[in-house]
This record gives sequence, C-alpha cells and structure tokens, in this order.
Amino acid sequence: MVIKSTVKSITLAFMFLLCLTPLWANETHGESSENHEKKEFNVNEMIMHHIKDAHEWHLWGPDHGGTSIYLPIILIDGGLKTFSSSHFYHGEHKSAVDHKTHEEVSYVAGVGPATGYAMYHEKIYKLENGGLSFEDGHVHGAVKPFDMSITKNVVSLFVGAILILLIMGSVARFYKKNGAVAPKGIAKFLEPIVVMVRDNIAKENIDHHKYHKFVPYLLTIFFFIFINNLLGMIPFFPGGANLTGNITVTMVLAIFTLLITVFSGNKNYWKHIFATPGVPVALLPIMIPIEVVGILTKPFALMIRLFANMSAGHIIILALISIIFINQNAAWGALSVPMALFISVLELLVAFLQAFLFALLSALFIGAAVEEAHH
Amino acid sequence: MELILPDMGLLIWTSIVFVLLLFILTKFIWKPILSSVNEREKNISDSLALAEKTKAEMKELQAQNESLLKEARAERDKIVKEAHELAAKMVDDAKTNAKSESAKIIASAHQAIEMEKAAAMSELKSHVAALSIEIAEKIVKTELSSDDKQKALASKLAEDINLN
Repeated sequence: MVIKSTVKSITLAFMFLLCLTPLWANETHGESSENHEKKEFNVNEMIMHHIKDAHEWHLWGPDHGGTSIYLPIILIDGGLKTFSSSHFYHGEHKSAVDHKTHEEVSYVAGVGPATGYAMYHEKIYKLENGGLSFEDGHVHGAVKPFDMSITKNVVSLFVGAILILLIMGSVARFYKKNGAVAPKGIAKFLEPIVVMVRDNIAKENIDHHKYHKFVPYLLTIFFFIFINNLLGMIPFFPGGANLTGNITVTMVLAIFTLLITVFSGNKNYWKHIFATPGVPVALLPIMIPIEVVGILTKPFALMIRLFANMSAGHIIILALISIIFINQNAAWGALSVPMALFISVLELLVAFLQAFLFALLSALFIGAAVEEAHH
Repeated sequence: MELILPDMGLLIWTSIVFVLLLFILTKFIWKPILSSVNEREKNISDSLALAEKTKAEMKELQAQNESLLKEARAERDKIVKEAHELAAKMVDDAKTNAKSESAKIIASAHQAIEMEKAAAMSELKSHVAALSIEIAEKIVKTELSSDDKQKALASKLAEDINLN
C-alpha cells in the first residue's frame, strides 16, 4: 500500500514536471541563445500566460518552435474571416516604442490570410498604417475586430461538454436498457451525485411542489462546473485550460442563474422587492434600489466566487512549481512538488465544493424567487 | 486587468455550448435518469409499505387462527363435557329406571305373592272348613248322641278353628 501510494505520488510529480517541461526548455533555450544573456524567469508572466486564454494549445517544447496545436481564428470584420492561428504564431515579429514609458514593446503581425492583423498578448488588433502604437503598456487607438476564435478555452469547453454527454449518456443508456433497477458501473457512481443535487440542493432550497422544474438546470450547472474544474486540473492536453477560472465563463453561468431567477420570480418575490412588506412607504425610495441591486449582486457573487477560487488554485500550483525555476535548482523540487501535490489534492475538493456551492446558491436564489407568501 | 474583463467571443461560445448542453441533457439524459431513479425509489417505498402491510396482515391472520383454534378447543371441550354429561345422565336414567322397574317388579311380585298367599289361605281355609265339616260330621255322627254333648263339642271345635 505504501509502495503503491509512493508510486502514485512520483507519477503525479512527474506529471507536474511534464506540464512544465516547456518552461524548463525555454530556460535552456534562453541560456543557449546567441548573446548568452541569461533570461530571467518571470513567474508573473508565466502564471498569467497559463491561466489566460490563448489561440494555440501549447503541448511541449519551447515557447517558440515547440509543439503546439494552432487553433482556428474566426474574425468578424466586414465579413467572416477564418484562418489558422499559426499565421500569428509564425508571423512577423515587430516592435514599437511605447509613447509613455518609452520602452520597446514587441508584437506579432499576421502573415498570409492574417495579413493586416496583429496579435499582442493574445488579443487581435487591426493594423493601422502597418503597425500598432502603444501607450502605457496598452495598445492605443487600434480597432479590435470581433474575435469569435476557437480559443484554448473554447476547445476545453467543447471537450468538457462532450465528456459530460458521454459520461451522463452512458448512465442514461444504462437506465433505458435496464429500467428502474439497482445501478451498476458508472451509474452506481454518479447516481448518488444526481440524487444529491436533486435532494440536497433542489428539494431542500426550493418549494417542494416546484423544485422538479429546476432540477435539470441545477444538474447541468453542477456537472458542467464539476467536470470542467476537474478537466482544468489535468496538467496536459486536453486538460489544463483555466475554463472555470475564466471570468467570461463564470459570468455566463451566473447570467443563466440570474435569468432563471428573474423569469421564475412570482408575485410574492417582486412584491418583496418593490413593496417590501412591513417597510414604511417613506423608506421605499431607498429600499427599492437596494433590492434591485440585490438581484444583481447575488449572481455577481457567484461569478466572482467561482472565478477567484479556480484561478487561485491554478495560480498556487503554478507558483509552487515555480520555486524550482526561480532557484534554478531541481533540488527545490523536494519542497515544491509535495506542496504542489498537497494543493492539487485540495483542489480536487475545491473542484467539487465550488460546483456544489454554485448549484446550491443558484437553488437558493431560485427558491427565494418562487417562494409563496407565508403571511 | 485583462483577467477580469469578459471576452465577447468566449461569452458567445460558452452561451451556445451551455444552452445546447442544457437542452440535450434535459431532454435525453436527466429525464430518463431521474424518472428511473424516481420510479425505483417509488418501487422500493411501495414494496416496503407492502411488506409492512403483509406483516400486519399475517399477524392479524395468526391472531385470528389462534382465536379460531381457541374457539375450536372450547367447542371440543364443551362437546366432550356434554357427551360426558349425557352419558352420565343416561346411566343415571337407566339406573333409576331399572330401580323403579325393579321396585315395580318387586312390588307386583309382592302383590302377587300376597294375592297367592291370600288365595292359598282362603283355599286352605275352605279346605280346612270342608275338612272341619267332615270331621265335625264324623264327630257329630259319633258324638251327637246327646244334645249336650253335641253343643259342647261344636263350640269347642269352632273355637279351635278360629284360633288357627
């Protein structure tokens, strides 16, 4: 048993190292570069690069010249324009001087079908007069075409959705084939979770005559977050994208909860917002704005909670692994790997907990919206 | 800053995928799963209720059986007792009957004996009388030679016969 768990830890540690091989390779690459200038390891940049969206999916090797999957770029800019992101990543390197800080900033201009566009920090801009101008570290004055690209997060989104469909589909098939029997296999594992969402999340927070209607939504949101959280913890393709730690994704989920809350709100719910019982009429001008803001703050908190928790998890693990690269010594792995392993295990719990919390709080808000008057 | 700014492209993709997922999962996956789970839960609770009911019924049936058995036993006891009583009564009746019959027989026997005795007595008396008359005739024939002697003898003889 001890040997088994040791093997497991070593495998996990290896997996972490594997995920960071590109970084390490980058270091050696830097060292062996022509000018022999030792490129300093920038933890902040590395972490931000990992938790942000990208137009490529880096598999291994150095940043430039390593192996990547180049994802399609879809731009809506006077018509639909689609091409591979390799036209940026293997594009023309350009540099400009920042107007304020007077530092040299480098960006890439697209080649081939991407001509006329440039990419700076994974954002696509339309070139003006053949270049970009910068002010205070930001692109100044350039038009951003509407970017509908299949980015790393979008691919991760597809993978997550397909995974959910496959897993839950096999569970559904089991019941379709066998009818209402005792579950076996994957159904045995997932049924308690489904029942937990139905009983502990939906039934407990929503009026028991109305909760049936909301169970599918809560199940979908729970499994969507749970599976994508777990997928984000896998350090290599097709995992590792920080999807549930992306504010856009959490915002969409929070908006769905908001829409469902607002549209299923009954008379009693709106009465509590616009004419809170027991509040003097004179206070209503103050109370109504507070209540209206309250409608929005609830999903806003959902959005921030999931985003912050998942991003923080990724940041901590990356930061711990970075200890090795900051010190430029593999021996630091003895400290950083166990710590990263510990946080990873904690993240498994967080992955479940955040999915549970999101669904639970959604159920709570919906429950408050459909509650009947008790007085 | 970029980290907390929403990206419109990703927003659209996420919305599309989430809506599709919600639709497909609800229609083809959650419904069959939930209905199966609900059905099974209902089956289990129904079965449990049925088992409980059957148990109660069994108990009642058992109690009923017990009471039936008890009744049967009581009935049997009653019948046996009655039979005993009847038998005893019959024996008693027979005894009393026999007694009265025997008493009757004895009584009639007594009566017959008495009657026979009386008949025998009267016959004897008549015989004795006839005999006495005969004797008296003979005596008279012999003795009645004189009047006095006749009279004394006659009375003396009569007295003797009466005493007998």
